[in-house]
Amino acid sequence: MDLKLKIWRQQGPGTKGKFVEYPVKNISADASFLEMMDILNEELVAKGEEPVAFDHDCREGICGMCSLYINGNPHGPDSAITTCQLHMRKFKDGETVVIEPWRAKPFPVIKDLMVDRSAFDDIIQAGGYVSINTGGVPDANDIPIKKENADLAMDAASCIGCGACVAACKNASAMLFVSAKVSQFALLPQGKIEAKRRVESMVAVMDDIGFGNCTNTYACEAVCPKEISVTNIARMNREFFVAKVS
Amino acid sequence: MSGTFSYSSITKKIWMSLFGLFLMTFLVVHLGINLLLLFDPSRELFNIAAHFMGTNPAIQIFQWVLFGGFIVHIILGVILQIQNWMARPKGYKISGTSEDSIFSRYMIYTGIIIFIFLVIHLGNFFVLKMQGAVPEFHHEGAGHMEDMGLLVVNLFKSTGYVIFYVVLLLIMGFHLDHAFQSAFQSLGLSHLKYTPFIKGFGHFFAIVITAGYIIIPLVIHFT
Ligand code: HEM
Ligand code: FES
Repeated sequence: MDLKLKIWRQQGPGTKGKFVEYPVKNISADASFLEMMDILNEELVAKGEEPVAFDHDCREGICGMCSLYINGNPHGPDSAITTCQLHMRKFKDGETVVIEPWRAKPFPVIKDLMVDRSAFDDIIQAGGYVSINTGGVPDANDIPIKKENADLAMDAASCIGCGACVAACKNASAMLFVSAKVSQFALLPQGKIEAKRRVESMVAVMDDIGFGNCTNTYACEAVCPKEISVTNIARMNREFFVAKVS
Repeated sequence: MSGTFSYSSITKKIWMSLFGLFLMTFLVVHLGINLLLLFDPSRELFNIAAHFMGTNPAIQIFQWVLFGGFIVHIILGVILQIQNWMARPKGYKISGTSEDSIFSRYMIYTGIIIFIFLVIHLGNFFVLKMQGAVPEFHHEGAGHMEDMGLLVVNLFKSTGYVIFYVVLLLIMGFHLDHAFQSAFQSLGLSHLKYTPFIKGFGHFFAIVITAGYIIIPLVIHFT
């Protein structure tokens, strides 16, 4: 299939970027979106032009490195997958495909379609962990955990931190990400001990970095490749409230 | 961290939702009183109710709380929105449409329109009343009171005003439609079983309140 790509090109952080059109021809419908980008880049290199910079790593939908805002959708038009899992058969022959970087103040563009997502690391460093003094490995069945809670914690923990929630949100809010990270601990006894401090400091850092607020539009849930539920946001609001009043 | 309490995004949303829900209870009471105009065309019941609302000391206090709630809701709404705009200095060429509800995109605009409407509305009724410019209504049991009902009826004789009123009420309905379930989510009240009910009830509430308010000018205008 043939496509007309409109790609955001930007030399570096803080420089002015622009959209550049690239026609690509004879792309297999079975190719992945990133393979299509590879083909384009090979052509660009062969012509002596600078290849398009974009993030990727595992290409298996598990690392959270790939991004791309494709025709108005983070991770493209398909639901519940990352860009690396997106196939070209989801596009029509001759279609124009507009590819943009994640747009948010805390995610500055590094180059072309690559953005700096280390703001997420700052939030994790503020409390997204459990401080356990290491000793002997405790028996897994020592601490009884309700099946429902174990499942909910596992669902929350499946967040890969790609930032699609921020990219989709009209407010560039990170609430879905932060709430998943708060929930995965808040639901388990090991995480309860530090729950109050964790939610307070993670939310404080999230606000300080300049992410937007939550208007409960739920666009984040709709685009999340791991289908993280907005009930996590409600849980975080609850946790935060309890931490503040107690 | 208690210093950040007053500034945190979640704190602002909690206050916003509490005052928003409070404003909704007021909308229900206000609608109940307005509907008296339809059930009693002599305007007696409506005027008695308006008189009661205008003189009862408890209601007078409630009125100031309501006013304060409105101000807080508006100030917080504007602050949140400015922060939200600042969080994305450069927008997308193609903006996404994955929200649950289209109305959720426009809360600040529907909110500002409600505010403008409120100012005009207060100008139409409250200010005239303060100036003592409202005609008298003679009521046998309770003596003299203001004929607020007449003001309403006179206002709705104008086709232009009826259209204006109906359009603004629809916009208020859009605000309410997203707002109801949003307030519960902000308060952390999310539940596998009850949330679908809250969402459904929110739509129902927005439609019933909006329709209720809209019927009044229409009936008065056409009868
Ligand atoms: C009849 C009057 C009003 C009622 C009943 C009402 C009710 C509500 C409720 C319940 C919410 C949801 C709160 C939440 O998400 O937690 C809300 C959101 C909002 N309201 Fe109002 N509101 C009214 C008037 C206004 C006015 C006059 C403004 C003026 C700016 C306004 C601006 C907003 C904004 C911007 C939001 C969304 C905030 C956000 O989540 O980002 N509202 N409203
Ligand atoms: S490259 Fe790892 S998730 Fe897409």
